[in-house]
Amino acid sequence: MPALFEPVDPGVAKELARKVIQLADRYKERTGITPAFMEVCGSHTMALARTGIKQILQGHVRLVSGPGCPVCVTDQKQIDAMIEVAESENRIVCTFGDMMRVPGSKRSLLSAKTDGRDVRIVYSPLDAVRIAEENPDKEVIFLGVGFETTVPVLAAAIQLAAKKNVGNFSMWATTKLVQPVLRELLTVKKVKINGFLLPGHVSIVLGEKAYRFLIDEFRMPGVISGFEPVEMLSAIYKLLEIITDNRPAIVNNYKSVVRPEGNQAAQKIMYEFFEPCDEAWRGMGVIPQSGLDVRGKYSRFNAKKKFNVEVGEPKKTLCRCGDMICGIASPEECILFGKACTPLHPIGPCMVSTEGSCAAHYAYMRKDG
Amino acid sequence: MCVGVPAKVIEKKEYTALVDVMGTKMEVGILFVPEVEVGEYVIVHAGQGMSIIDQVFARESLNEWGKMARAGII
Ligand code: SF4
Repeated sequence: MPALFEPVDPGVAKELARKVIQLADRYKERTGITPAFMEVCGSHTMALARTGIKQILQGHVRLVSGPGCPVCVTDQKQIDAMIEVAESENRIVCTFGDMMRVPGSKRSLLSAKTDGRDVRIVYSPLDAVRIAEENPDKEVIFLGVGFETTVPVLAAAIQLAAKKNVGNFSMWATTKLVQPVLRELLTVKKVKINGFLLPGHVSIVLGEKAYRFLIDEFRMPGVISGFEPVEMLSAIYKLLEIITDNRPAIVNNYKSVVRPEGNQAAQKIMYEFFEPCDEAWRGMGVIPQSGLDVRGKYSRFNAKKKFNVEVGEPKKTLCRCGDMICGIASPEECILFGKACTPLHPIGPCMVSTEGSCAAHYAYMRKDG
Repeated sequence: MCVGVPAKVIEKKEYTALVDVMGTKMEVGILFVPEVEVGEYVIVHAGQGMSIIDQVFARESLNEWGKMARAGII
């Protein structure tokens, strides 16, 4: 369903793709470099593969997946802890659907559920508050994973629980912020890209101003994009124009939805109930102040404080999800891809999530597919 | 998880609104878009309206893409 109200002439996308290729090839002729852009949103990773844009642009533009899938960036120890929370009696664990099949070191939430644990998929975290009200004799824990688009909704659930004084509701929050990880990619990981395809939905909350630092600190351009083929192709086209002219800029190519200052009501509630914390990212380790956790004032709703959950160090596997989210490896470079690791038998979160790069690659871009 | 769905507001209440998403009616929160009016479209994420779609900009983009697609590359 497009975020538009008039049909787009299908010829426009085709023509845009041709123009993107022309412009990219000119850039390469002139500089000897194939332009590389990183998408930092899991929905873009999926949409670029599903619509065939990644495939059409292959050899002309390198589209690198970044740390955009919220489940994939979650550190394995946190995943293990969230599964461990579900293992006790008298608890109901609620979560978004994507979390269910993510492999923990011992097992997944789905296998915990199959063994009789009460694990439920909810559409909104506010539903978990209702479930807590309906089950006063049980502890209800919501596993809150996500970026800035999701955190305001998590905050709304805590606000509701606080207002109604629902004492048996709490949240295990493992949330991530986009700005610190982009900085980390550019400074520590030193990713070699020419620009960012910036996340449409996160930008709804953050606004376009939030990316100014990319220009000021790194001279790195970025274009905020929607998810329709023409929206993504025109964003890539704009990135190519920017690098061709060598005039780094942040461009909002999703003005119908993203405002310059973002959604201030969402920002306000987010920081009322959450505060910055150090977060561990899969494959990157702890990045200071790169996440948000429930504010101390509301710690009675913080499941990490309420329950004593201890998990050991996760065992090492050959899964390269950590490299995948830093844009260092592509799915085909993982020796398990398509062999030991498939959507039916996923080994890492990148193969489970509907936004994971391995899942996208398996569904739409497999060489032997 | 991150996929936002455009939904048309049919009826507005205090903190929620009845919306139509591709023919399915559902209730969503409007905590973050309290100014939304009936007939407008919102992007919904995890049960909350996150942004009101600006139809003027949506139409402008259509024109712009047409122009880009027709543009000659120098
Ligand atoms: S293919 Fe599977 S094991 Fe390899 S990186 Fe992707 S999710 Fe991990």
